[in-house]
Amino acid sequence: MNYRLMWRKAVNGMMLGLTGVCALLAVSVLFFILGYLVWHGGKALNWDFFTKLPKPVGEEGGGMANAIVGSAKLLLLASLIGVPIGFFGGVYLAEFGGRTFAFLVRYTTDLLNGVPSIVIGIFAYSIVVLPFKHFSTLAGGVALGIMMIPITLRSTENFLRLVPRSLHEAAMALGASKWKTIATVVIPAAYRGVLTAILLSLARVAGESAPLLFTAFSNRFWSPGWGQPTASLPVMIFTYAIAPYEDWHRQAWAAGLVLLGLVLLTNLTARVLMSRGMSAQRS
Amino acid sequence: MATSPIAVERAGPGWGPRTLLRRLRSGDEIAHLATLCFAASVILITTWLVYVLWVNSALPRHKFGLHFFLTSVWDPIFDQFGALPFIYGTLVTSAVALLLAVPAGLGAAIFLAELAPQRISDALTFVIDLLAAVPSVIYGLLGIFTVVPLLRKYVQPFLHSTLGFLPFFQGPHYGVGFLAAGVLLAVMVMPFIISVSREVLLAVPVDQREAALALGATRWEATWKVVVPYARIGILGSVFLALARALGETMAVTMVIGNNPQIKASLFAPGYTIAAVIANEFTEATGDLYLQALIELGLVLFLLTFILNGLARLLILLTTQRGTAQE
Repeated sequence: MNYRLMWRKAVNGMMLGLTGVCALLAVSVLFFILGYLVWHGGKALNWDFFTKLPKPVGEEGGGMANAIVGSAKLLLLASLIGVPIGFFGGVYLAEFGGRTFAFLVRYTTDLLNGVPSIVIGIFAYSIVVLPFKHFSTLAGGVALGIMMIPITLRSTENFLRLVPRSLHEAAMALGASKWKTIATVVIPAAYRGVLTAILLSLARVAGESAPLLFTAFSNRFWSPGWGQPTASLPVMIFTYAIAPYEDWHRQAWAAGLVLLGLVLLTNLTARVLMSRGMSAQRS
Repeated sequence: MATSPIAVERAGPGWGPRTLLRRLRSGDEIAHLATLCFAASVILITTWLVYVLWVNSALPRHKFGLHFFLTSVWDPIFDQFGALPFIYGTLVTSAVALLLAVPAGLGAAIFLAELAPQRISDALTFVIDLLAAVPSVIYGLLGIFTVVPLLRKYVQPFLHSTLGFLPFFQGPHYGVGFLAAGVLLAVMVMPFIISVSREVLLAVPVDQREAALALGATRWEATWKVVVPYARIGILGSVFLALARALGETMAVTMVIGNNPQIKASLFAPGYTIAAVIANEFTEATGDLYLQALIELGLVLFLLTFILNGLARLLILLTTQRGTAQE
């Protein structure tokens, strides 16, 4: 009997310890990634990286200025598509949605959220690249924009729902119409949350390379306007990492560090914004 | 969710049909219609996506029919397209990923939900959420330069010498291959398993734990024999969600899978996955049949993730609602 109790206690201690090890392992992966990128990328990062164009194969040096600008343009286009649809769709679900149609929208949004990014790429290729007959910034922006919609929409809905009902009722009791209540009371009360939603979805699509491979394609030079193929940071990392040149690997690390830094910073900002918004609402 | 919009609409004053005219004049109906259009566009885009995939994969569907999925010759020069090696590679890498990620992820989730003090649990969950935000291509970068050499130099020789009698651990050690892709995928899907499982475990009513402890169970027994079984459907949901992610994951896998369309039992062998072949060959596909064969692969991927995501959401909904209903 006593042995059995000791055995059970031993199992208890061991298994609980193991769960702790699992958690530690998961958390340490992030620090490993960060540390490794800072170590390798930091050495390769210099001013040229941000200001110069890529050098031809075989020449040392050069940078990824065109990829940085390209990524910024792609994200701008993506926001132009993803933010309005996501935001107003979220307003519809939170404020106007009926039963069946709202369920359908919610379900489709979740479905769209689960579609692999490479499939979104095929879609953007079929509807933008094929009619225009060449790869373009526009096509890449459309692909990323579609990916932004589900996250923006569902989080906008959730944050609008967090606004206390008493605020609605107070505004309506004062005689405001429903849309006036939403526009002047509900949305301002939830603006931190909505901003968080947009930042999080931006951070997610900023790191996507799969849908860009055959929409925005790549480019070793500047890409004027919106109708030309453009370089972007994620695609550059991919091309440089699988290439057999030592110098390109170095630059891939630098680009990786910049990309990861931007994505994590955006995430951190969004989460800080959100936690502040929450405490402001609670008080 | 204490307030549903339906309940509020009924409770709110003046929302009957009699006031329709007033609402139209005050702009409510216009706002309603405008936002409805944006919401409807999501349905439109998704339907359009399915339609595009279906229409643009007509050629191989008519030419090969079901043989597309059952043959393993992928030869663009002779217009022979069989998807079996890609489907095999996708399933094997995902299986390896789940085998590694589910135990570790569940363990971490148990620690976060059951053991760790609130503050530590919140901080660790925050870090794990950040981990989920790391771009796929970064995992690929680290995969090429750290995971692959590590596997080639240490892990694969070790597995070969200890478990080499199994067909999974035989053959030359390339580094790149099913195992490397599986390991990377495991790290990538683990955050999803952890954060969803943690939510599900937290939704288990406290009295379940208290009852088990009161009967003399140790902490571990209460967790493993009462709390985890109670939450099992939701945990299964998190696994499905992770599986859907793993199947569709492209960049990291493309960078370490070895890109060789073959079916080998050995995990050390290079392979290929559906997403990877689309990523690699889409821009160089010459001829309609080749391109459409790749689009049909995209359709397969879409359908797989569609079914898995639907199931996952259903399962998670089932457990979290049951948990909160009994609280």
